[in-house]
Amino acid sequence: MTDILTATVWLVGSAFALLAAAGVLRMPDVFTRMQASTKASTLGLGCLLIGAALQLGDFGSLIRAASIGAFVLLTTPVAGHVIARASYFADVPLWKGTVLDERRADSAREH
Amino acid sequence: MLEVISDTTLVTLGVALVLAFIRLVKGPTLPDRIVAMDLFGMLVVGLIVVLAGSTGVRAMLDAAIVIALIGFLGTVAYATYVERGDPQ
Repeated sequence: MTDILTATVWLVGSAFALLAAAGVLRMPDVFTRMQASTKASTLGLGCLLIGAALQLGDFGSLIRAASIGAFVLLTTPVAGHVIARASYFADVPLWKGTVLDERRADSAREH
Repeated sequence: MLEVISDTTLVTLGVALVLAFIRLVKGPTLPDRIVAMDLFGMLVVGLIVVLAGSTGVRAMLDAAIVIALIGFLGTVAYATYVERGDPQ
């Protein structure tokens, strides 16, 4: 039973990790790439951690897996925000199909 | 049966690492490479976690904690560098 649960969760987790990598490779600009990498890899790593905790099955491993999960859940959005902010202010070009850039629209209205 | 599954998982994570590495080489800007390195760190943590689960070596989870921490610090440091300097 534990093996079946672990197998399911690991397959789902690695599929999400592969999706994150495919998104990073295929998306058109930095911001969409960052979006794909942070969201899908958090979910994938969470699934892999659940599988490892199930498979090891003692309290210490559960606590360690939970602490990795909590740390990743806390830091990945912060890292994504910091990268997006830095690349926006470093004038990295947006994708040419971008519909709305609110900050640029606001500063154009003030001038 | 679980050996087959864990091998499949490791191979899938390896393919994901290769895709992230292609983005790391192609760029085209420095923030793209930072995103790829960040994903690289996450995938390596996943690899170590799966290895810990399938081999039963619990000490690998501690290594995964350290790599997650260093990856986050590295990403923030690179982003600070991009915000101050020239992105090209």
